Amino acid sequence: MTAPAGSLLAAEGLRKAYGPTVALDGAEFSIHPGEVVAVMGPSGSGKSTLLHCLAGIVTPDAGSILYDGRDLATMNDAQRSALRRSEFGFVFQFGQLVPELTCVENVALPLRLNGTSRKRAEQTALDWMRRLEVDDLAKKRPGEVSGGQGQRVAVARALVTSPRVVFADEPTGALDSLNGERVMELLTEAARSASTAVVLVTHEARVAAYSDREIVVRDGKSRDMERVV
Amino acid sequence: MRTARQWARDLAMGVRFAFGGGREGWTRALLTAVGVGLGVALLLLTTAVPNVLSVRDAREQARADHTFSQPPRPKAADTLVVADANTTYGERDVRGRLLEPEGPKAPLPPGVDRFPAAGEMVVSPALKDLLTSSDGTLLRERLPYRIAGTIAEQGLVGSHELAYYAGAKDLAPRIDNSRVARIVAFGEKVPGQTSERMDPVLILLILVVFTVLLMPVAVFIAAAVRFGGERRDRRLAALRLVGSDSRMTRRIAAGEALGGSLLGLVLGTVFFLIGRQAAGSVEVLGTSVFPSYLNPSPALAVLVAVAVPAASVLVTLFALRGVVIEPLGVVRTAKPARRRLWWRLLLPLGGLAMLYPMVGQGRENGDFNQYLVTGGVLLLLVGVTALLPWIVEAVVARLGGGSVAWQLAVRRLQLSSGTAARMVNGIAVAVAGAIALQMLFAGVEGDYTEATGKDLRRAQMQVHLGADGGGSDAGERFRATKGVRTVTQLSMGSLSDRRKNPEQSASITVGDCAALRELATLPSCRDGDVFELTGAEYDDGASALVKPGRTLYLDPSYDEDPGREIPWTVPRRGLREAASVDGLLGFKADGLLLTPGALRKGAGGAVASTAVSAPASALDSSLGSALSSEIYLRLDRSVPDAAEYVRNTAARVDPLADAMTWTSTRESEKFTAIRQGLFVGAACVLALIGASLLVSQLEQLRERRKLLSSLVAFGTRRRTLGLSVLWQTAIPIALGLLLASVVGLTLGSVLLRMSAAKVRVDWPSVLSMTGIGAGVVLTVTLLSLPPLARLMRADGLRTE
Amino acid sequence: MSIGHTLLGLLESGPRHGYDLKRAFDEKFGHDRPLHYGQVYSTMSRLLKHGLVEVDGIEAGDGPERKRYAITEAGITDVERWLGTPEKPEPYLQSTLYTKVVLALLTHRDAADILDTQRAEHLRSMRILTDRKRKGDLADQLICDHALFHLEADLRWLELTAARLDKLRQAVVSP
Repeated sequence: MTAPAGSLLAAEGLRKAYGPTVALDGAEFSIHPGEVVAVMGPSGSGKSTLLHCLAGIVTPDAGSILYDGRDLATMNDAQRSALRRSEFGFVFQFGQLVPELTCVENVALPLRLNGTSRKRAEQTALDWMRRLEVDDLAKKRPGEVSGGQGQRVAVARALVTSPRVVFADEPTGALDSLNGERVMELLTEAARSASTAVVLVTHEARVAAYSDREIVVRDGKSRDMERVV
Repeated sequence: MRTARQWARDLAMGVRFAFGGGREGWTRALLTAVGVGLGVALLLLTTAVPNVLSVRDAREQARADHTFSQPPRPKAADTLVVADANTTYGERDVRGRLLEPEGPKAPLPPGVDRFPAAGEMVVSPALKDLLTSSDGTLLRERLPYRIAGTIAEQGLVGSHELAYYAGAKDLAPRIDNSRVARIVAFGEKVPGQTSERMDPVLILLILVVFTVLLMPVAVFIAAAVRFGGERRDRRLAALRLVGSDSRMTRRIAAGEALGGSLLGLVLGTVFFLIGRQAAGSVEVLGTSVFPSYLNPSPALAVLVAVAVPAASVLVTLFALRGVVIEPLGVVRTAKPARRRLWWRLLLPLGGLAMLYPMVGQGRENGDFNQYLVTGGVLLLLVGVTALLPWIVEAVVARLGGGSVAWQLAVRRLQLSSGTAARMVNGIAVAVAGAIALQMLFAGVEGDYTEATGKDLRRAQMQVHLGADGGGSDAGERFRATKGVRTVTQLSMGSLSDRRKNPEQSASITVGDCAALRELATLPSCRDGDVFELTGAEYDDGASALVKPGRTLYLDPSYDEDPGREIPWTVPRRGLREAASVDGLLGFKADGLLLTPGALRKGAGGAVASTAVSAPASALDSSLGSALSSEIYLRLDRSVPDAAEYVRNTAARVDPLADAMTWTSTRESEKFTAIRQGLFVGAACVLALIGASLLVSQLEQLRERRKLLSSLVAFGTRRRTLGLSVLWQTAIPIALGLLLASVVGLTLGSVLLRMSAAKVRVDWPSVLSMTGIGAGVVLTVTLLSLPPLARLMRADGLRTE
Repeated sequence: MSIGHTLLGLLESGPRHGYDLKRAFDEKFGHDRPLHYGQVYSTMSRLLKHGLVEVDGIEAGDGPERKRYAITEAGITDVERWLGTPEKPEPYLQSTLYTKVVLALLTHRDAADILDTQRAEHLRSMRILTDRKRKGDLADQLICDHALFHLEADLRWLELTAARLDKLRQAVVSP
């Protein structure tokens, strides 16, 4: 395939089935550096699967995914893991912070997985926590902080490696609208200032409104809403 | 009354909950039940052990033929000549008897319904299988009898016992009341033979073995009733939300555990029955049993049936003591009360205090107080389970630094050190007990193991051919046997001062020069030489007897035991002295060393004077029957079945030949039995604990499924997660094993002091027991890696 | 929105000139549509007539005469009553969008396209509002949120309708 000009991550003809359930049926996608793209659609439409495929967590049955000129299909699991460690960041709805580790240790985790020393990793982590206004929670454990705070810690963790793409799957799904918006604001602001691309899976229009562009997934097929108008 | 009814109601509700709750509820209840069931099965098996021992003993007794202690009796209608023809095949002993009934009323051995004819044999089922399989080819050669039937169960002590009864002819002349005897009954009570009184130290050992094996099972059951604890907490919270009070909730929780353990009792009985059946088809360390042996004594079985459910209720109530169940969730008391040390130390100290009064008692001062021993050992071992959580908490709190995997593991342990300690408790107790026992064994081993005095460098096998055994070419036939390097043949006998009822005797050893050099330093040697040994350990007066020209008698007669009374004259010249050396026999022999020519010459003159022109072969044969012949063999270690070939040759030379493989030590058989019991038990217990570790490990992993998937999503290496799982188990295990070693060594030292043996740390056994414990952990971790890999797949993220 | 009540409410804090009133109104509420001065003048005359305000003083100057208004007791009561009366929820039963969709179905045009076009337009507005909200103060945020929630409601309706388009086609076309 030929990726759209200037795109950082692009996919075409993605197909993925879990048993008899078809999650993706010829979906496509592209994102530019620094762009925030919302992936919307009804639940069960395959938007999470699209995100998992794009991030190299799940291998699609068919179709190609180009990241920075490299085809994810030709990479093995270790290479894709390394890519996720160093170039990607992740925010999920919940259940992603390691309950035993303190918040700052959680944020430092991706850096440490990349081999950064503990001290330096935690220093960087603290800087990012400051930017997301949760540096006062550094020594607390995830069980002791509120949902909104936890999600900000998760955002800090997603950004701590200065990734080129952040994948956010319903990052505000478990939050009320005030906390959700704050998280979205901080996420998009931080991402834009570092020209990090954000793939944002959500079913809430108000969350999607933080994006630059919107893609709707229905029945495993994608539609770029920019081209509609 | 009201409270009792309320208890009953709440417990019943809990039991219902245990099995309600859909598939998940069932799985959890089943898991608990399987865990408890395995424990119960092991308990039932253990309660059956005394029965096993007594039944085996009774059967052994019933088929005993006491060849050693039969009074001389004439051939009669009810006599049977029986010969001991035991052999060894590989590492396995084969019990063999040759039977020759002398009349219609000759006694049949148990399990045999008619006598095998000469050239036929009846065999145990296991021996039949062995002989018909390809593994038994060499043994088949040794037992050249047609299989005419099988020995029934009542004639065997174990399902895998190798045994045969073969029919034979002309045994009567070989009756020697050691290996061949004439008997009138099997299983006779022999006068003067009292049942051996058990040695107090042996009883102590058995007591400790039982306590040590059962403790971990109890710990295991306690852990099993807590499977699925975290899900249960959520359910309990829901109960509080709909209005049950805190006490009710606790009782309901206890009821759930009760449900699981009741089902566990049922499963345990089933497992036990299966295990009982399976026990018949396995052989461990040369010991096998029949399923019918494994009948637990009713009192003990009832005790198990009552104690296990009761314990499950108590354990649950105890476990919930630090937990506040709130309607909105379960709160472990916010700042969990710091584990206090003093009462935990009290338990092992109490144990020591109970054992201390018996220190130095030894085996001479009567039996040990069983209650004090059991109580003391129990307290010491329970002390391990009480101390371990404290130690794990204290140590883990101080850990820090290290890799990501290490950090993940340490932090997890810091948050829930209790769970970790619980998982390890069983292994720690088992290892502590086993170390103590091994130490005790090693310490008293000297008392129960005799050195055989054999020098394995000089020979590795010895074949006892007995009087009349083998004929003159026996040595040649062994020399021609595959795998034999050298053959040393020595014939032994004694010379007496009179033909009948002699008062003095001197031993003689006959062999060629090479063979004689194994016993003494000979300046020179030719056939026809005679040497008098000097420097022997015991001198029974040979020097007084051996005077040149004196006629002595080989194989004299006694009142009831006629001998051949062969005269032999001490040569007038050429009797030389030779220094006895501690060689082949394991001691310095005394008496005369004769070359075959010297034997013939000394006897020849005498024989010639009494019998006219006896042919040389007749002389040789008569001399041969007066001497007992031993063959010492040096084997070629590169031939794998050399020993079997030798045994086959021995059987061909003489079915009654006794081929022995030399070992440097011999253990008391009873001691060996206990030691085997310990190994079998420890293996079962550790396997059981390993299984429970695996279950709880998998359960923990399943609960963290989502977290694991998200960790993988952001690129965590699988190796990192695998390692963290390993650390998570390895750290508490390491602490557990350390504590186990300390407690085990302490207990071992005390027990040794009690048996008045020297306290000596048996490091190899400490290392091997901790090694086995560590091995269990490693196995569990390895086994939990595939499910971990499955859980780490991104599917875990899909459920969101 | 009742401009009269809003101006009355602004007067409660103290007498003001008409021009001040307009400025205060624009600052707080008139982000999209500033008031014409004429609107203020006519509204004040009406309020004066009903005795809800009174003229506090007149300033003579170069341009038009400048009256200073003050709220009366009756005026305060009126503001109070207005604030206390709940607004009637808008039922939105007559929706242009619905009409468009039904028409498209009837004329066998692609109704899904209409919905998607509308959806894209809605999201564009939402993006603009979100952007403004980020840059604005609390007042901006609240106003934008109000609009965002309404647009979101529309958008949900669009999604729902898109999902039920087949059923709707049957209901509309078959009878």
